[in-house]
Amino acid sequence: MYEWDFTPVIQNADLLWQGLVGTLAITGTALAFGLPLGLMLALARLSPRRWLAWPAGFVIEFFRTTPPLVQLFWFFFALPILIDIRMTPFLAAAITFSIQSSAFFAEVFRAGIVSIERGQWEAARAIGMQRKQAMRRVILPQAVKRMIPAFTERAIELMKTTTLVATVSYADLLYQANELAQKTFRPIEVFTATALIYFVVIFGLSLCVQAIERRLAVSGDSTVR
Amino acid sequence: MSDDPILRIRGLQKSFGDNHVLRGMDLDVKQGDCIAILGASGSGKSTFLRCLNFMEIPSDGEIIHAGKTVGTARNGKPRLYPEGELTKVRQKVGMVFQQFNLFPHMTVLGNVTEGLRIVQRMDKTGAETRAREELARVGLAEKADEYPARLSGGQKQRVAIARALALAPDLMLFDEPTSALDPELVGEVLNVIRGLADEGRTMLLVTHEVGFAYHVANRVIFMAAGVIQEEGPPEQVLKNPKNPRTQAFLSRHKQFEF
Amino acid sequence: MYREALWIGLLNTLKIFVICLVAGLSLGLAIGLARYSPRRWLRWPAACFIEFFRNTPVLVQIFWFYFAFPILAPFEITSLTAAALGITLNSAAFSAEIFRGGIQSIDPGQWEAGRAIGMRHRDIMRRIILPQAVRRMLPALTNRGIEIFKMTTLASAIAYADVLHQARLIASINYNPIEAYTVVALVFFAILYPVVRATYALERHMAKGD
Repeated sequence: MYEWDFTPVIQNADLLWQGLVGTLAITGTALAFGLPLGLMLALARLSPRRWLAWPAGFVIEFFRTTPPLVQLFWFFFALPILIDIRMTPFLAAAITFSIQSSAFFAEVFRAGIVSIERGQWEAARAIGMQRKQAMRRVILPQAVKRMIPAFTERAIELMKTTTLVATVSYADLLYQANELAQKTFRPIEVFTATALIYFVVIFGLSLCVQAIERRLAVSGDSTVR
Repeated sequence: MSDDPILRIRGLQKSFGDNHVLRGMDLDVKQGDCIAILGASGSGKSTFLRCLNFMEIPSDGEIIHAGKTVGTARNGKPRLYPEGELTKVRQKVGMVFQQFNLFPHMTVLGNVTEGLRIVQRMDKTGAETRAREELARVGLAEKADEYPARLSGGQKQRVAIARALALAPDLMLFDEPTSALDPELVGEVLNVIRGLADEGRTMLLVTHEVGFAYHVANRVIFMAAGVIQEEGPPEQVLKNPKNPRTQAFLSRHKQFEF
Repeated sequence: MYREALWIGLLNTLKIFVICLVAGLSLGLAIGLARYSPRRWLRWPAACFIEFFRNTPVLVQIFWFYFAFPILAPFEITSLTAAALGITLNSAAFSAEIFRGGIQSIDPGQWEAGRAIGMRHRDIMRRIILPQAVRRMLPALTNRGIEIFKMTTLASAIAYADVLHQARLIASINYNPIEAYTVVALVFFAILYPVVRATYALERHMAKGD
C-alpha cells in the first residue's frame, strides 16, 4: 500500500504559487488581446464586404479546427525562422492563445449579434443611422449582455488550455508541478495537488461567474424586453 | 414650391426572389396629405410603405423625395442606393413600426434623443429639450426616465412616434401602428396620430382601422396584388367603391362605423 | 521516409481518437443517466465526477495518469493508456452534460404519457426520451467529437507517437519546423473542416425541422 506524503508539496508551495501566477499571467494576456481581436474578427465576418468577410471566416475556422498544441508549436518553432524575432515561450504562448481564443470569441460575438431581432436594425436605420452606428449604439450593447455566459465559459476553457504552454517550457502551474515532481520524486502528491489547485481556481471562478450572471439577470430585467 | 409633392413614386416595383410583391406603383404625396393605405394581407401595402424609407430596396422604379430622385441610375442595371444618401432621406421620412422596435437598453429619453445625438450630432441638452417636447406631444413627458420594458404597448408605440418626430421629418410612415396592441390600448395611439394629422403633418398610414381611415385620411388607397386598385377621397373609396376587389374587401369589414 | 513517419503518426492519432470517442461517449451516457437518476447515491457521485473533470485541464489529467498513476496501479501504464484515460474521462464529463441537457429538453408530457401507459422509468428513458433527445444532441455531440480529435495531440506531450509527435521528431532531425508543423495543421484542418461544415448544415436543418 502506497503511503501518501504531502510534506514535500507543502514545503515547495512557493514553486507552485509562482506557476499559478504564470498561468494567470498568460490567461490574462490572451484575454486582453483575444477579446478585442475576436470582436474585430466577428465584425469583419459579418461585414457585407466579401473581401473582409471571407478572410475573417477563414481565420476563425482555421484556428477553431486545428489543435492549439499544433498552433503553439508552429509559433514557437516555425515563426522565428520566417520572421526575425527572438521567440520566448511566453511570446509564443501569448500569440497562440490570443489568436486561438479570438477565433472562439469571434463566434460568441457573432452569435450574440445575429440573435438581435431584425426590428432593432430597422428602427436604427429608420432614424437615419449608418450600419456601423447601429452596430455600435443599438446592436452590440444588447448583444454583449446575451453573450456573457458563453463568453465566461470560453474564458474558463482558455485558462484550461493554457496548460499547453508547459510543453514549451513556460513556467505555468503544470510546468512547475512537473519540475517539482522530478525534484521530490513525489509525482502522485504533486500532480494530485496540482489537479486540486486547478479545480479550486476554475470551479471557484465558474461559481463567481454564475453568481454574477444571476445578479445581472435580476437587475437587468428592466433592460430586457 | 409648396405645391410640389414631397414624395413622388414612379413605377415602383419590388420582388423577393420570384415573388413579385409590388408590380408598379405610382403616387404623389403632397404637403399635408394624410393617406390611408388599405388592403388584405399580402397585398403589398406594408412592402410599399417600407420601400418609401428604404427599409426595402426597390427592385425598379423611382422615388423622388423633395424634388430629388433617390439613388443613382446605372444603365441596364437596378439603381444604386448608397448608404450615405439613404441615411439623409430616412431622417426626413420618419417611420413607426407595428412592433414598436424601441431600443430596450435605453431609457425612453435615450430612445428619443438617439437619432438627434448620434445621427444629427446635436449636443446633449439641446437633444433632451427637443426630445422632451416630443414626449410631451405624445403625452409621455413623465415617463422620460423609464425603460421600455416598464411601459404598456400603447405607451411604447407613442414613444416610437416621438422618436420618429424628434428628427422633424417632413413625412411620417405608419406601418400598422395599432395591430400589435391590445384593443383597449388602440385608442390612445390613434388619438396621437389623429393629433398629428390635425396639425397638418404629411403622413402615410397602413392600417386595418377602416373607420379611423375614414375620419382622419384625406385620401384612401386600396391595394391588391401589388398595385393600386382604387384611390380617392374616403367618402368615395370607402362608401361607393367602384372596384369589385375594394367592394369585396369592405364587405368583409362591414363592422366599422362611420 | 518522412511521409511514412507522418502516416504512422496519423494512424496512431486515429487510434487514440476512436478509443476516446467510443469510450468517452459511452461513459458520458452512463454518467449523464446517473446524473438524471431519481436515486441520490447515483446522482451525487455522477455530479462530482462531472464537475471535477470539467473543471480541471485535460493535460493535468493526462500527466497525472502518466506520472502518478503508475505508482498506484498494479499494471504498466503506457503513454497510450495514460492519454486515453485522461481524454476519455474528460470527454465523458463533457458529454454527460450534453446527454443530461438533451434529456431535460424533452417535454415533461412525454414522461407523463409514458407513465400513463404503465411504462417504467428505465423503459420510458430508453424507448421514448433518448430517441428524441439524441436527435437534438447531435450537433453538440459532433462538436465534442471534434474537440476530442483536437485533444489527441496532447498525447504527444507524454511521448505518444501521434502525428504531432512525429512532426516534432521530423522537425528536429531535419531542421524544417515550418514545413513539419504547417503540414500537421493542414492535416487537421482538412480532416475537421468538412465535419464542421456538416455540423453547420445539420444545425440549420434541425433549426428548420424543429
